[in-house]
Amino acid sequence: MTSLNHKDYIKEDVKQDYTFTVYTENRIGILSRIAIIFSKRKINIESLNTSPSEIDGIHRFNIVIQETGDVVRKLARQIEKQVEVLKVYFNTNHEIIWQELALYKVPTDIIAEQVEVERLLRQYGASAVVIRKDYTVFSVTGHREETDRLVTALEPYNLIEFVRSARVAIIKNSRGFHEKLKEFEALEPSEEVVENEFLNKGDNVFTM
Amino acid sequence: MLVKDVLQTKNKETADLISCSGSEMILKALIEEGVETVFGYPGGAIMPLYDALYDYDGKIEHILVRHEQGAIHAAQGFARVSGKTGVVFATSGPGATNLVTGLADAQIDSTPLVCITGQVYAHLLGTDAFQETDVINITAPVTKWNYQVTDAAEIPEALAKAFYIARSGRPGPVLIDITKNAQLQLAEFEAYKKCSHIRSYRPAPKIRIGAISEAAEVINKATKPFVLFGQGVILGGAEQEFTAFIEKSGIPAAWTILGESAIPSAHPLNVGMLGMHGNYGPNVLTNECDVLIAIGMRFDDRVTGRLDKYAKQATIIHFDIDPSEIDKNVKADIGVWGDCKETLPLLTELVKKHSHAEWLQRFSELERQEIETVIHQELNPETGELTMGEVIRTLNELTNGDAVIVTDVGQHQMVACRYAKFNSSRSNVTSGGLGTMGFCLPAAIGAKFGAPERTVVGIVGDGGFQMTLQELGTIMQSKVDIKIIIMNNRFLGMVRQWQQLFNDKRYSSVNIESPDFVALAKAYRIDGQCLETRENLRSALQTMLEHEGSYLLEVMVGKENNVFPMVPQGCSVSEIRLK
Repeated sequence: MTSLNHKDYIKEDVKQDYTFTVYTENRIGILSRIAIIFSKRKINIESLNTSPSEIDGIHRFNIVIQETGDVVRKLARQIEKQVEVLKVYFNTNHEIIWQELALYKVPTDIIAEQVEVERLLRQYGASAVVIRKDYTVFSVTGHREETDRLVTALEPYNLIEFVRSARVAIIKNSRGFHEKLKEFEALEPSEEVVENEFLNKGDNVFTM
Repeated sequence: MLVKDVLQTKNKETADLISCSGSEMILKALIEEGVETVFGYPGGAIMPLYDALYDYDGKIEHILVRHEQGAIHAAQGFARVSGKTGVVFATSGPGATNLVTGLADAQIDSTPLVCITGQVYAHLLGTDAFQETDVINITAPVTKWNYQVTDAAEIPEALAKAFYIARSGRPGPVLIDITKNAQLQLAEFEAYKKCSHIRSYRPAPKIRIGAISEAAEVINKATKPFVLFGQGVILGGAEQEFTAFIEKSGIPAAWTILGESAIPSAHPLNVGMLGMHGNYGPNVLTNECDVLIAIGMRFDDRVTGRLDKYAKQATIIHFDIDPSEIDKNVKADIGVWGDCKETLPLLTELVKKHSHAEWLQRFSELERQEIETVIHQELNPETGELTMGEVIRTLNELTNGDAVIVTDVGQHQMVACRYAKFNSSRSNVTSGGLGTMGFCLPAAIGAKFGAPERTVVGIVGDGGFQMTLQELGTIMQSKVDIKIIIMNNRFLGMVRQWQQLFNDKRYSSVNIESPDFVALAKAYRIDGQCLETRENLRSALQTMLEHEGSYLLEVMVGKENNVFPMVPQGCSVSEIRLK
């Protein structure tokens, strides 16, 4: 762990990966409203994941883009301005734990015959999801570079199909959303909630 | 409790639940929200609502416009002068898409609207049914919130949220799209409950006292402080709080065109207009002040000119209710989040009483230069063609600054905003952020409904008038009393001015021919006249103002007059040109 706080990771004028974590109401149309905020500014979304959060009725988005800190902060405020968005966090790769899931479909006969493939799969920690006569599907979770490397490695062995999920990320310093939601539901929300801030941890509170 | 009593209560409860159609629920909701006037246009998918409206004659006044764009601009005019939420009805498909320009205008100018559009039956959604369009997705970027209702039971809550969202915080337009089956469907209707809290929505950020005291400290040390204010002061109903602040601190204040009437034109600390065609002093001195205090304005590019040369020497304090505005265009040294009605009194309390006589003198000096070089000639020409400025000056003299002035977009808009005098707030209605030509005529109609006791004067160019002139039909049918001044220069004047100054006078598609506007008005049973000479200006305006009912005055103004001063695009505010 490092002693740096949120502010130290943000580079105003340098583009780097940022992961937004967005808590929203589970409403039709909110995905499109969020997507518009990026497309309006001609910003490409590298990866987008949405699924129910730990709280019933609240969805969690993970959106990855490459941008400068200045742009990211403005985007966060625009997203949070949407009526059905509860809270937005943005973090650099240093501040999150993330994974992507990849599936690889390879001909079973090659896998069975070639010893090298077996070594490869061990090396990448792949696990078999399904084994059929004609093909086998392996899965790997990891960062983009890791799953990419296995694609390259499997290509000589007649890789039939490959797919990768969006990034899912956990913020290292987050305490989850349950407590925050209570504050949101109160008519007089706490200072921290109304202030649109990003992390509720002492030094890491980001003052804009 | 006895069984009998329980049963009785139960019966009473069921009696409170009335079975009611979706359409009736909409109208009941509107009544509960205090809506008396609606602007709209019927059509297939919204017929059930219009059928229910038939029984609400005398309770809700429906103004039949000639085009849905007219309905929404009218609702904007209504909202801007009254401070209430404007309401629009339109049908699905083309009816709804015709609202888009007005929604975009209301979104960028923060005008509270609730638009109700009809939609095809829920079971037809996505089948490319007759008059089906994806209104929710089309309008998502230009609404503060929108929602599609497919079941009557959702209507009361959807409308309650719509009104709450439209008017709270930074106001904006909301669209509720209601499928035809939901309008027809019968459902149980309990008493309507207004909405006052949505967990995912924070209309106003919490005020941080620390930021205010920091701001006060900086202001108290300033020797050349300068206030810029926008519509936020009006939207927050904070005109008095604002006046108290500038009067105590003695700081000169300049306005964006949407903030213009927040303080009277004659206020000694009102130093004039900001921006591309604003006054000389406010623009030049933006780059000389030591503290710049922006209140309820958003540093639009038409106000700031070139950003990297904008007020670099000053400490910038920005008051706004919308956190996303702070640091968006101009980085604030101190950002004060919150409703200025609450933040300003806190600030006033902390600032020292001051009068910046020397600094004010700088504004007066530059004003004198501007009067000599530009204003005097524009307002008091003795020879040559009529100027737009002298029309506005004479109008000021006749109305004493008590009229509501509604303008369109272009040269006449800049001239009207520069020279019109106002005594009270909510008197200047114009399309600022979006610059929507065709805004004036319908917005003036709406403004009259919003302030029936006031004189409403619409000032429009020959180009903009032709964009929405069909609304003359609305004036005729609804017997609206508005005064229309067409400043006719036989050109699309602002574009022509740019072509003259920046494109070597290559006049490309700016020559515009017009019909006989007076005859056209007559066809709609509206009186009017065309004025070509200076000597009759005063009497023509007098006739217009005294006329019972609407009146159209066409004024033939100089063909190639330019609006000055001007900050050319890409230049800094201090590079403003006087000629």
